[in-house]
Amino acid sequence: MTYSSRSNDQLAARVAQDIFDGASVNLGIGMPTLVANHIPQEREVLLHSENGILGMGPAPQAGQEDYDLINAGKQPVTLLAGGAYFHHADSFAMMRGGHLDICVLGAFQVSVTGDLANWSTGEPGAIPAVGGAMDLAIGAKQTWVMMDLLTKKGESKVVTQCSYPLTGIGCVKRIYSDLATLACTPQGLKLIDMVEGLTLSELEARIGLPIQP
Amino acid sequence: MINKIAMSIADALAGVKDGSTVMIGGFGTAGIPNELIDGLIEQGAKDLTVVNNNAGNGDTGLAALLQAGRVRKIICSFPRQADSQVFDALYRSGKLELELVPQGNLAERIRAAGAGVGAFFSPTGYGTDLAKQPDGSLRETREINGKHYVLEMPINADLALIKAEAGDRWGNLIYRKAARNFGPVMAMAARKTVATVHEVVELGALDPEHIVTPGIFVHQIVKIDRVATQAGGFKKAA
Repeated sequence: MTYSSRSNDQLAARVAQDIFDGASVNLGIGMPTLVANHIPQEREVLLHSENGILGMGPAPQAGQEDYDLINAGKQPVTLLAGGAYFHHADSFAMMRGGHLDICVLGAFQVSVTGDLANWSTGEPGAIPAVGGAMDLAIGAKQTWVMMDLLTKKGESKVVTQCSYPLTGIGCVKRIYSDLATLACTPQGLKLIDMVEGLTLSELEARIGLPIQP
Repeated sequence: MINKIAMSIADALAGVKDGSTVMIGGFGTAGIPNELIDGLIEQGAKDLTVVNNNAGNGDTGLAALLQAGRVRKIICSFPRQADSQVFDALYRSGKLELELVPQGNLAERIRAAGAGVGAFFSPTGYGTDLAKQPDGSLRETREINGKHYVLEMPINADLALIKAEAGDRWGNLIYRKAARNFGPVMAMAARKTVATVHEVVELGALDPEHIVTPGIFVHQIVKIDRVATQAGGFKKAA
């Protein structure tokens, strides 16, 4: 049987499906920001931005940009009625203090037990930049990763042990990917769901690691 | 009488010494006190350690201070941006020392300095390369209730330069939207804090329930013209 992988939007919709009504959520830079477009209308979700915003709204209409109101990616956003501004120490207290329910991040690599590598490829000469990645990874009640399962070269991004520099240890609870949704547990990977037509053994072959059904 | 209103940026920045640690508010371009940075370039202090979330956008503001060769070291969380070419070149040529700090640890280290906290244990960065000393050895760690933490030291500064929206002669400040970011904590952590405002108001005009930074943390206020914050820090804007 054949299968087709989730598009970025389908993947974002799959993540959004698990974001519950009333959740406070931080969406990382890049693919995770797409999730905001797919949160079902009947759910009220508070989006947090590390630079001091809770209740962040969508991008403004063209011509309405205000660059004092930007997201973590420095792009213009809006504030919903009820939203709040606060300083950086409070913003990161929301993360570190475990007040955010969910954080969705991109990743270079995730280990089967939930170690995350997403801030540096460790290449010599590369300019390092970490931003809020490490605070987010360990702070939220649940950290989810959203990524393609394989690199462009076809290597698995889910690994036994990360070879890239770590962002956090044992912090990732779930991996939402183009082929499957997986849980990272101290006992290893566990299947939550996968795209139609894909078998568990095919999925295991793709990433080269055992997955508990 | 208390009057913290400075007549000019030059007055407010007189006497900044070489070798000072200078905190500069802002995240990307929001809240960057460009007028004060220009004033610092003019003032001439050199061999500075700068604390900012980023390391300059384009070729103005903080980037211009770096380009002028006044900065020895930068403490920040996210130097690399689509338009950080000035930092990139100086760093690559070894002319600028970088201390990279996770953003929340940066904010809390600044807050700790302002709050008189000697050091604190943070879970952020545990087990990563950023929990190491410059020489590669591990910083002090501790297990508390089954969770692992790294010892983080406060960051004190000689001077903080921040951008606020409005202030009064006692130094009370309010900010504008997400341009608040590091302003309130940096104001607490420096021996001298200079803020620009777009509006100087009479005492009592700021609602005491809404004052964000109480004047005790602020030493000089300078009124500047309002200039819309420019885009920066991402690809399309670069």
